[in-house]
Parts: sequence; C-alpha cells; structure tokens
Amino acid sequence: MAGLREEFLAGVRAELPLLLGVVPFGMIFGVLGLAAGLPGWAVVLSSSLIFGGSSQVVFAQLWGAGAPPVVSVATVGVVNLRHLLYSAAVAEYLRALPWRWKLLLAYLLTDEAFAAALPRLRDGPATPQRHGFLLGTGLTLWAGWQVSTLAGVLLGAAIPAGWSLDFSIALTFMALLVLSVHRRSEAGAALVAAVVVLPALVLPHKLGLLVAAGGGIAAGLWLRRYERGAA
Amino acid sequence: MSTGVLLLSMAACGLATFLIRLSFIAFGHHLPNDPRFTAALRYVPPAILGALIAPEIFALNGSVSLAPDNPRLWAALAALLVARLTRSVLATIAAGMVALWMVQAGLG
Repeated sequence: MAGLREEFLAGVRAELPLLLGVVPFGMIFGVLGLAAGLPGWAVVLSSSLIFGGSSQVVFAQLWGAGAPPVVSVATVGVVNLRHLLYSAAVAEYLRALPWRWKLLLAYLLTDEAFAAALPRLRDGPATPQRHGFLLGTGLTLWAGWQVSTLAGVLLGAAIPAGWSLDFSIALTFMALLVLSVHRRSEAGAALVAAVVVLPALVLPHKLGLLVAAGGGIAAGLWLRRYERGAA
Repeated sequence: MSTGVLLLSMAACGLATFLIRLSFIAFGHHLPNDPRFTAALRYVPPAILGALIAPEIFALNGSVSLAPDNPRLWAALAALLVARLTRSVLATIAAGMVALWMVQAGLG
C-alpha cells in the first residue's frame, strides 16, 4: 500500500505535464493584468489570494474598467461556480479527513489539479493515504502558477502599450469558451449571453454582465430540452 | 481607487472562490443534490464567457458598433477558427494577436 509520500510524489508527476499549458497562461495573465491596469504587486498577490486563472483575468478586467468592487466579487463568484462540481466530485474521497486537510485541499482545488487527480481518486485503490495524490497535483500547480505570474509581471513591464495586448484577455476567454462547449445548447448559451450583453451595457455598475449570464443560462436550459439523450 | 479597496476586493474574491471549492468537501451532506441545479451549472461557463467576450470586440469605446471595418471582429473570427482546430489556449492567443496586428497594419 502506497504511503502519503508516495501518493504525493505520484500526484506531482501526474501534474507536471499540465504545467506546459499552465505556465504560459500564468505568464500571459501577469502581462495582461498589468495591461488591464492593476499594479504589479496586486497581479502577483491575486495568484495566491484568488488562485484561479479565469477568475483572476475577470477580476483584472473588471477592476481596470472601473466596476464597483461588489460587482467584481459577484462576477468572480459566478465564474467560479463550476468549482461546485469539482467539490462535489472529490467530496466522497476526502470525507474521513480532519478539517485542516479539507481546508488545504479545498484551497488547492483548481481545474487542472482536479482533472489530474480525479482518475486516481475514482479508479485507484481506496487507501487512507490517497488524498496525498490531490495534494501533489494541487501544490505542483500552485507553485507553477505563482512563479509564472511573477515572470509575466516582470516581462509585461517591458511591453509597449501600442501592441493592443489587452485584446489577449478576450482571446483567452474565447479559447476557454471553445474548450468548455461540448453541446449545441452550451454554444447557444454563449451566443445568447453575447447578444444580450451588448444592449445590457447601458445598465449601471456593469450589471449587464450578470443579466446576460442569467439570460444565457436560461437559454441553455431551454435548448437542452431539444437535445437527444441529454442528461 | 485606493490600495485598501483593491486589497479587500481581492480578498473577498479569494474567500468566495475558496468557499465554493470547500462547499461539498465540508458540507456535502447538507447541500441540495438536485439534477436541475447541476444542469444549470453546466451553462454557467459558456454564458459568462460569451458575455465577457462580446463587449471586448463590439463595444471598445463604450458605444456598441457592429461595423465590418472593426479589426477586432476579424481577429476574433480568426482566433475562433484556430481555437476550434487546435483547442489550445496559446495557439488561440497567438493567432488572434497576429491577426489583429495584420488587420490594423492593413487598415492603417
């Protein structure tokens, strides 16, 4: 039976290849956080305080656009709602752990740490040390993310404003959108939200964003009824 | 806005994110397990992303414009195509930026 140390090292090994995609994204976030108007220390600090790529991008963009803090926090919360699914998926494997482990592993539960650890937790042997694997994937991703955002901030300070680098925020969102769409109803939700948000921009305090997201979710649920074999 | 407000906003975002990740791990047996709720969660990422992308392309200076001489529109279409083909975040950003610079150079 593998001990905590072996599980942890196996988790680190499982996460390392994913850093190939995460480290450049962290560097890009460092660069575009500055482009959005955040001070360098805030860009670096957000990687440990918020610790979520897309939510940090959203926060930087809304802060730079002058949205009220309450709207920024609410939008980040909505962006991160998908983590409820991750929390629900790993909960049964962590049930017997003491609180300090639950708090630590919840903090480290990101998209990539979850994706790399779920196969081991779900399909591997049900040993009492298996949470060490999730600690390995989570901590590896955390370290890679901190170093790469710091590198991006140092690099970004040297890039001229005429390069329209703020557009990379929209491009990051587009890549994440294509990755998150697996069904026509999901594409429909994105399209409806994109159409609704433009007239909704007249609403104060950037509230149009949340109105459009609500409209997109409603449209997705409605379109879902016409999909064959949808669960 | 002030440094204190920025710091507090980031801390609040971090707390919200942490509590969402902690939810089922800590309080799973108290939370609803409704299939309609999980179905609605599936549409959160595409809806919020769609709502974030559109203004970056069509409402640059605060006013909405659907004109075809907008360089960001063509760069976005090129990026979308590359995203569909490669499913790579890096390739999408690279293609979109290069397309934007090319169209801007061509129009300028």
